[in-house]
Amino acid sequence: MSAAALLLQFLNGLAAASSLFLVASGLSLIFGVSRIVNFAHGSLYMLGMYLAVWLSAKVGFWLSVPLAAAAVGAFGLLVEFLLLRRLYRAPELLQLLATFALVLVIKDFALWAWGAEDLLGPRAPGLRDAIEIAGRQFPKYDLFLIMLGPAVFALLHFLLTRTRFGILIRAATEDREMAGALGVNQRWLFTAVFALGALLAGLGGALAIPREPANLEIDLSVVSDAFVIVVVGGLGSIPGAFLAALLIGEIKAFCIGLGYSKITLVAEFIVMAVVLVLRPWGLLGRAGAEPRGATAVPFTLESKKLMLAVVAALALVPVFSGGYVLVLLTDVLVFALFAVSLHFLLGPGGMVSFGHAAYFGLGAYGAALLVLRAGLPMEIALLLAPLAALAGAALFGWFCVRLSGIYLAMLTLAFAQIVWSIAFQWDTVTGGSNGLVGVWPASWLGSRAAYYLATLSLCALAVGAVWRVVGSPFGHALRASRDSPLRAEAIGIDVRAQQWTAFIIAGAFAGLAGSLYAFSKGSISPETLSVPRSVDGLVMVLLGGVQTLTGPVWGAALFTWLEDSVSRDVAYWRAAIGAVVLLLVLAFPIGIAGAAGKWRSR
Amino acid sequence: MRFLALLLALAAAPALSQPVKIGELNSYKVFAVFLEPYKKGMELALEEINAGGGVNGRKLELIVRDDGGTPGDAVRVAEELIARDRVNVLMGTFASNVGLAVANLAAQRKILFLASEPLTDKIVWENGNRYTFRLRPSTYMQTAMLIPEAAKLQKKRWAIVYPNYEYGQSATASFKRLLTQAQPGVEFVAEQAPALGKIEAGAVVQALAEAKPDAIFSSLFAADLQKFVREGNTRGLFKNTPVFNLLAGEPEYLDPLKDETPDGWWVTGYPWSEINTPEHKRFRDAYQKRWKDYPRQGSVVGYTAVYSVANAIRKAKSADTEKLVEALKGLEMQTPFGPIVWRALDHQSTMGAYVGQLAQRDGKGAMVNWRYADGARVQPSDQDIRARRKE
Repeated sequence: MSAAALLLQFLNGLAAASSLFLVASGLSLIFGVSRIVNFAHGSLYMLGMYLAVWLSAKVGFWLSVPLAAAAVGAFGLLVEFLLLRRLYRAPELLQLLATFALVLVIKDFALWAWGAEDLLGPRAPGLRDAIEIAGRQFPKYDLFLIMLGPAVFALLHFLLTRTRFGILIRAATEDREMAGALGVNQRWLFTAVFALGALLAGLGGALAIPREPANLEIDLSVVSDAFVIVVVGGLGSIPGAFLAALLIGEIKAFCIGLGYSKITLVAEFIVMAVVLVLRPWGLLGRAGAEPRGATAVPFTLESKKLMLAVVAALALVPVFSGGYVLVLLTDVLVFALFAVSLHFLLGPGGMVSFGHAAYFGLGAYGAALLVLRAGLPMEIALLLAPLAALAGAALFGWFCVRLSGIYLAMLTLAFAQIVWSIAFQWDTVTGGSNGLVGVWPASWLGSRAAYYLATLSLCALAVGAVWRVVGSPFGHALRASRDSPLRAEAIGIDVRAQQWTAFIIAGAFAGLAGSLYAFSKGSISPETLSVPRSVDGLVMVLLGGVQTLTGPVWGAALFTWLEDSVSRDVAYWRAAIGAVVLLLVLAFPIGIAGAAGKWRSR
Repeated sequence: MRFLALLLALAAAPALSQPVKIGELNSYKVFAVFLEPYKKGMELALEEINAGGGVNGRKLELIVRDDGGTPGDAVRVAEELIARDRVNVLMGTFASNVGLAVANLAAQRKILFLASEPLTDKIVWENGNRYTFRLRPSTYMQTAMLIPEAAKLQKKRWAIVYPNYEYGQSATASFKRLLTQAQPGVEFVAEQAPALGKIEAGAVVQALAEAKPDAIFSSLFAADLQKFVREGNTRGLFKNTPVFNLLAGEPEYLDPLKDETPDGWWVTGYPWSEINTPEHKRFRDAYQKRWKDYPRQGSVVGYTAVYSVANAIRKAKSADTEKLVEALKGLEMQTPFGPIVWRALDHQSTMGAYVGQLAQRDGKGAMVNWRYADGARVQPSDQDIRARRKE
């Protein structure tokens, strides 16, 4: 690369960094203060884009930007006021479920309101063309963005360090309970911060329209970028977010400039993994005060008889039906096992994973590769495949258990994305983006009924085994490590070893679910390793209830059934699922199994 | 009295012959821009066929389901269509990985699958099977359509940009191979493979410009294409560099470009307003009358897919799977694009596409200097195909 080319790519990186920073700063503020993992942040950005394209046809681009940002800010205010406010007392992560539902609703709203076609916005008046820099053309608008990023950063910095509002935000970010105890009105603060974060997301979206079309896929791609920036920078740290945005914007620009464009598929996740392994709280983050009074639940199986009855009833289904019911139930069983394995990590283990699909997918790919490439009999492949997941979990878990909270969750996500990108790009082995086909069960398991019964037996045994482990001495030591790591250490429990073992167990059982899944579908593709698969698992666990043992099973059954039945009858089925999830969250903040248990014990 | 008549009609209904059921599954929400017109095309065809008395005296029925856009969900939906709805034929799918997964299921369950849209070469070649047929011209075919014009320019240094997944990869591989055959000594000086939907357009345009190519081949589409075009226009990348872009002439991807539409690009697509053959005029008039909207590429695919199934049933005089498979092999039929044949060799239809140049008209994108590229003429040798199909 010539010096001039270097300079230009550097400027490209700066422009990208500015847009990244705008959307990430709002997310960082929200998380810092309210600990809400706002999945809908990208959807707010998308709303900003659509509103700006729509408004700019009426009032011109420059006026549409503040209007769109303000509208999204107002929408954020409403969301906090009507929805999130009701959930702060609910178990942690439930807000995550609520914002996930919002993603679905907002996506279908945008489709309904603005249609399916991408909307390319206008160029910015006054900055329509390019100027010459080092003999090359560079867009004036990108120069404007390069200056705007630092300006917004300076403004936020001023707000946080020089105003009373900012001081309260910082106090709440450092130690939320203490700020509350000192008389800070948390309700007002949370509302204001969420609205401000939403406004920044809307502003980011509105400012993006001269560079990219408003489209329905942008929400998830933006939110994952924003999360990476926030975590790499350090949660709640605005300077950290700025630094991380610069780092990632430049790395991507130079990957492209130097001809390694394929790496951009995972560049940010590689950066995140490296940063978190070296600096567990991000570049400029600090270890925050742990939230106190975490709910310690004993996890006892509510009724062994009930579960045995359920299994017996399920075993009788093939007598009555040989058709689609078995296909659907096979999916339910596989996802129930997946959700139970995730819950083992999340409940008794106290470790949130955003990347559990990695182990599900490793199991699925393990099964497919053992059958197709190694030529093993299907039965052997089915049972050996979880070892691939186990190995992956052992490797990644070793790094992950060194972190805690959201950092741990994001590191699991980073590893999952790295595995995904390998499966996606390693054509000769994994079949690339198309995946592998022809992964069918052996002929004696070929009928729907036979495979269903095999799945039922294996899943029932596996779920029983996981629950058994929860009640074992190891399970108790694991819970002690979760609830009070210091005391656990003091009485001689090796906390990290417990957590690492839990990670490996959870990974292996997720791998078994993936292996069963592969043979039930006949084919696999990188989708089995993808973020949406991980999110689905979390949704199932949270719907069912984190604080119960059987919750994940019911959650998996409900969610799979919901997706199946709603998508058949409702045109805007994503919004419908979102609405149902929102209603459930508001009605049963402790999950359906939790609510049922409470009702029984009355 | 009326109530009594209704009761009688209901009682009599099962006595009439059962409808033939097509189970159509597609990613209606994920790829809504292509599939909304597709659905309208299907419904138009269905109404026409049933108004004309159906097929073999039986009504045609469409059962339309959303496949969620993932192979796993699509397989489940297909299983439901087979087991619960007892459909005679499976049809549809958009993304290649979903299409391949359903094709694989169709072979396992022994049911005919008419893959209407997926472009991957593999669905009829490496992973082709007895029960799977594909309507649209594949990635290979559409790439091959652009080769004559590309070779004619005699440009030596080519740069390539493509979305980093199978479609973009195989388009790129085919283009390099075919152009090298047509024009020995051609050089490929830069390659950019941004992730699908996530192109960093500024950096990519810059990197391509640094390689100083004589011409560019691109297989970008949708949001990636729009970002690429705007950045390239602003930075002057296309000023003296001809560009060839797969699919960019399809209304679904061309219409959003409006006054950014770059002049002179060679593309494959569908100039719906200009094709005035009798068969296309009839289709366009009927479509506009029915939907008060103009047809897109998806409309033609949906319309033709339903007619393909209907014609196969007529030829087979049955909706039995094995007879349908034999009937589709070599089936000749009329479409809005002219006559096509369903090749017995690899189960690919010879439906073609239009090759032409982009231009702006009244601030909107249009295709000019276009020609119809017949799908029958852009195929590799039968021997090559047999080797790839492992037959």
